[in-house]
Amino acid sequence: MLVLENVDAHYGKSHVLHGVSIEVREGEVVGLLGRNGVGKTTTLKAIMGLVRRTGGRIAFEGRDLGGVAPHGLAGLGIAWVPEERRIFRLLTVLENLRTGLDRPGTTPVRRERLLEKIYRYFPILRERRHQAGGTLSGGEQQMLAIARAMVLEPKIILLDEPTEGLMPRMVAQIQEIVHVLHRDGVAILLVEQNVPLTLDAAGRVYIMEKGAVRHHASAADLRADPRVIHEYLGV
Amino acid sequence: MEQIIIQTLHGLVNGMVLAMVASGLTLIFGIMDIVNFAHGDLLMLGAFVGASVLGVTGNYWLALVAAAIAVAVLGALLQVTTLRPLIGRDPLTTILATFGISLVLQQYALWQWGPSVRRISEPVPGEFTLFHLQYPWYRIATALLAGLILGGLWLFLKYGKYGIWIRATTQDRVMAQAMGIPVPLVYTAVFAIGSAMAAASGVLFGPFAGVTQTMGFDFTLRAFIVVVVGGMGNLGGSILASIFISLLEAYAAIVVSPAQAVIVSFVVLVLTMLFRPTGLFVPTPK
Amino acid sequence: MTARPAARPTPPAVGYWIGFTVVGILLVAAPLVLPPFWQRFATEILVWGLLAMSSDILIGYTGMVSFGHSAFFGLGMYGAAAALLTVTPPSLWLAVLYGLVAAGGAAVFVAYFATRLRDIYFAISTLVFSQIFYVIIFTWTEVTGGENGLTFSQPRLAIPGLWSDRFTPVTFHWFVLGMVVVSYLLVRRITQSPFGMVLQSIRENEPRTRAIGYHVERYKIVAVMLSGLFAGLAGVLYAIQNKFAAPDFVFFVVSGEVVIFNVMGGMGTLVGPFAGAAFFLLLREGLSRFFTEYYLIPVGIIFTLMVMFVPQGLLGFLRRRLNP
Repeated sequence: MLVLENVDAHYGKSHVLHGVSIEVREGEVVGLLGRNGVGKTTTLKAIMGLVRRTGGRIAFEGRDLGGVAPHGLAGLGIAWVPEERRIFRLLTVLENLRTGLDRPGTTPVRRERLLEKIYRYFPILRERRHQAGGTLSGGEQQMLAIARAMVLEPKIILLDEPTEGLMPRMVAQIQEIVHVLHRDGVAILLVEQNVPLTLDAAGRVYIMEKGAVRHHASAADLRADPRVIHEYLGV
Repeated sequence: MEQIIIQTLHGLVNGMVLAMVASGLTLIFGIMDIVNFAHGDLLMLGAFVGASVLGVTGNYWLALVAAAIAVAVLGALLQVTTLRPLIGRDPLTTILATFGISLVLQQYALWQWGPSVRRISEPVPGEFTLFHLQYPWYRIATALLAGLILGGLWLFLKYGKYGIWIRATTQDRVMAQAMGIPVPLVYTAVFAIGSAMAAASGVLFGPFAGVTQTMGFDFTLRAFIVVVVGGMGNLGGSILASIFISLLEAYAAIVVSPAQAVIVSFVVLVLTMLFRPTGLFVPTPK
Repeated sequence: MTARPAARPTPPAVGYWIGFTVVGILLVAAPLVLPPFWQRFATEILVWGLLAMSSDILIGYTGMVSFGHSAFFGLGMYGAAAALLTVTPPSLWLAVLYGLVAAGGAAVFVAYFATRLRDIYFAISTLVFSQIFYVIIFTWTEVTGGENGLTFSQPRLAIPGLWSDRFTPVTFHWFVLGMVVVSYLLVRRITQSPFGMVLQSIRENEPRTRAIGYHVERYKIVAVMLSGLFAGLAGVLYAIQNKFAAPDFVFFVVSGEVVIFNVMGGMGTLVGPFAGAAFFLLLREGLSRFFTEYYLIPVGIIFTLMVMFVPQGLLGFLRRRLNP
């Protein structure tokens, strides 16, 4: 469904992605592992059109994303939860959700139901719905960022380090949400440094190093032979 | 003492008109980082269009609406043709571009309407006596109208779906795009709204002093000051700052001539830029 | 202002010096062959060009847009007026001195703010300052003559102790040409020196320049001072040529025109501003025959289009053509 073929990317003059090829099929959870700074986030940004692609091809459901305007990606079914979360700090929780809820092609009834569903998964957001996004704790902001993506009813979510800086209890909650999304048939490209969580959630995993994909295996194989993980991530 | 009350009235009324002008400017800056040098000229065009429509129909309210719509369309056209291609270039380029636009607009107005001063007649007749002064009712009406319009704008931004889009885009353009908000359209819409506000201010201000091609420059200058003092992109702040600065100028005019009173605003600007560059009324500097 | 790699100091091409000499000869000969109106015109182009060049130091080299150069220009005018009205017999060099001091004083003031404010805020504040000066000059009628300005008689061209003679339009033109050429060569020397390289580096990437260890504030202050002084000199020359000082020249319009000269002629080229001034003034002369007062409409449109598509200006455009 989402295909990156030999993608090269540049930040100004520096060559940050080298021939990256990744595939995510419908409903799959795919992990993207690697140390800090190897290009995992950059890969997601390349999909979102935020980094200049200088080679290769990115296609979603057969359609080349190169010609799509940045604001058209949500309509195609691609949602993004960035590493820094990027909550609209001055908007309330509800308003944050509305940026995605109020899109063409939805009826008020459907929106209500979607909102209710979100509140059921994230009760804390219902409680805080009139609070400004910037006043939420780190964990709550992460919930909101994911909820905001879910509100787009996407086919795939690009999840960038959702557990970074979170307490173990929250990490477990994130894990639960990833399961739920998977069960609902949403594909996920999960960028993470938390190896156990990734191996648990994902079916297949790519490992990156220095801007390129170095290894590709099923999560099961990686669980069975921890030496590979150790070699690339030192854990 | 009565001087002070009179000047307070002057300051409040002028402040409301200035607030309308500055609100457009601060919205535009807040969302797309454009310092619109031509903002005062949009006001000026609004005043001229208003004067012409008024001359033809005799209806002030029609003139007000027509001017706002006409200039909104013009603003949208300008943004799409001249400013959109410049997105991503350094901000000083857009200052220069809007400066060029300002020149053309001023000269166009001169060509279209000629050099003589146009008049916009008062929407509400009559005066009331305040101490030794005959104060025209329409000025109060203008201030109230400006307040209503600003209130409407605030409500639109706070509660409307598009208001949320505008606020989200202002805070984080990239994330707004990722959420599917059509940012280029939002930019054009905001520029149109800002232009409409400026045009409406022009019509409101028309009866005060007549309509001339150069009336815009003073407003542009004052609006810049207000936007900086109020906090760039901060609507509430620019409204407060407009009233604050207009009051200060009005009080200064008791002591010095009106032409010199404007120096007070400049001083406030300079002090703000040096010591509270995020804005006087912004509680916590970012 | 598109990013260009900071120019490396290469020895000037022979072509450059040939061009320079040719233009120089033309300018020297001009007043001898042109009718009186065009004589004055040529001199005025030089003066405005000097003003625009002073602005180029900031816009083109340091990356700071100033909308307030009319203040320096005006102060140069009024400074010269002060010398010529208060000291008898009126002395040319004293006028120059007073003018430079006045402009320099304002430059110190502006320089202070240049170091504290960035980009847009700086541009707005220069606009505000020039307006403050305008208001002061316009309303302080006792000292500045208010709306009507000041008139005075032209001083004699004098080399103290040696010889003095009245100016003729021709000799005045040569005097201005001399001052302009000296100024140009000075500024050129400065911008091509290591100092100038740092300025360009500030324009390209200020944080990086600072990180490397340069005291950016000091460089900016010097840049503003230089810019202000040469602008003031232009004001002095203009005042002496026309024998008056008027507040109109402190008004924003002059600053705006200076920016137009810079953009149209080519920022960061020093010669560009002169070309821009010549282009604009000739355009104004020519178009005003057909369009009367509305010549600014096509000029404004051309200007805006140039900002969008040809930001390197006429000269930058030519330069690119000549050095592929």
